[in-house]
Amino acid sequence: MSSTYYFAIVGTNDSPLYETELGVQRDESKYLNQFIVHAALDLVDDAQFMSTACYLKTIDRYNDWNVSAYVTPSNTRLMLLHETKADDAIRLFFTDCHELYLKTLLNPFYEPNTPIQSQAFDIKVNMLAKKYLF
Amino acid sequence: MEKQYKTIGEEAWKNNTEKINAELFIFTYGSLVVQLVKDYEDYTAVNKQLDKMGYNIGVRLVDDMMARTSLERCSGFSATAEVIAKIGFKLFLNVVPTVTNWSADAKEFSLILDDNPLNDFCELPPKAVTDGLWYSNVLCGVIRGALEMMQMQTEVVYVRDVLRGDDVSEIRVKLVRMLDEEVPASDD
Repeated sequence: MSSTYYFAIVGTNDSPLYETELGVQRDESKYLNQFIVHAALDLVDDAQFMSTACYLKTIDRYNDWNVSAYVTPSNTRLMLLHETKADDAIRLFFTDCHELYLKTLLNPFYEPNTPIQSQAFDIKVNMLAKKYLF
Repeated sequence: MEKQYKTIGEEAWKNNTEKINAELFIFTYGSLVVQLVKDYEDYTAVNKQLDKMGYNIGVRLVDDMMARTSLERCSGFSATAEVIAKIGFKLFLNVVPTVTNWSADAKEFSLILDDNPLNDFCELPPKAVTDGLWYSNVLCGVIRGALEMMQMQTEVVYVRDVLRGDDVSEIRVKLVRMLDEEVPASDD
């Protein structure tokens, strides 16, 4: 049973700062992933005022895909597309990704709301995914 | 003599220094470098500016250091190297680099920094690496300025840097000549 995930960090102007596909990929859904996440952003906006927590759990469903969201205090959204339900693991994954994102922000050469291109960031996200999601 | 320098440095750090939050200092330095990069758009020019700034800091800093530690005249250039590493760096950055790689004529040495606090959280963009930015080049200027106040003309350059992928940071200090009671030329 191969599980696939699509993880994206969306900035305050709704453009993606970082995207990655984790696990085995099925070709047909690559463009669909971006579309699903984008459509779910409105629901994130609604849901974030219902709760004081950062982790918003699953806010949307599209066919087989669940969309989970985590909103940082600076209104950057961490979105995860997943098929299996795993609230706790996903929460831990989001928390650690948030810390990674904070470290990126602390880099003086990084401009907030620009795409994150660091290789080191990419490697670490993949390691976290391996740790929590697989 | 070496053991003495180490204790002098640690005592001075503990008792005679006012401390500030490290992160404030690191982020201030980071924004300084980024602003220079944006203004000059040429990494060699940025390196030169950082060195100049360091020079101006160094000429003033050395008097501050001498006032706090009441050191005597150094017996030779190797003693000077030890003082820079064990007292100077300890007092202002709370790190002690290792002094190694002495040249045959004892006029050049290397300072190996295992961990440079200015580098925390920083990651250089690929272009900065290929174009030769030395992020902490201000340290080279500080050493050069301080030694010039002590009547030694030196060349101080960075040769390796962890931000560029090397395993340690290395600064090479070369004594060019001893100055005889001249007013040192300031280059601003």
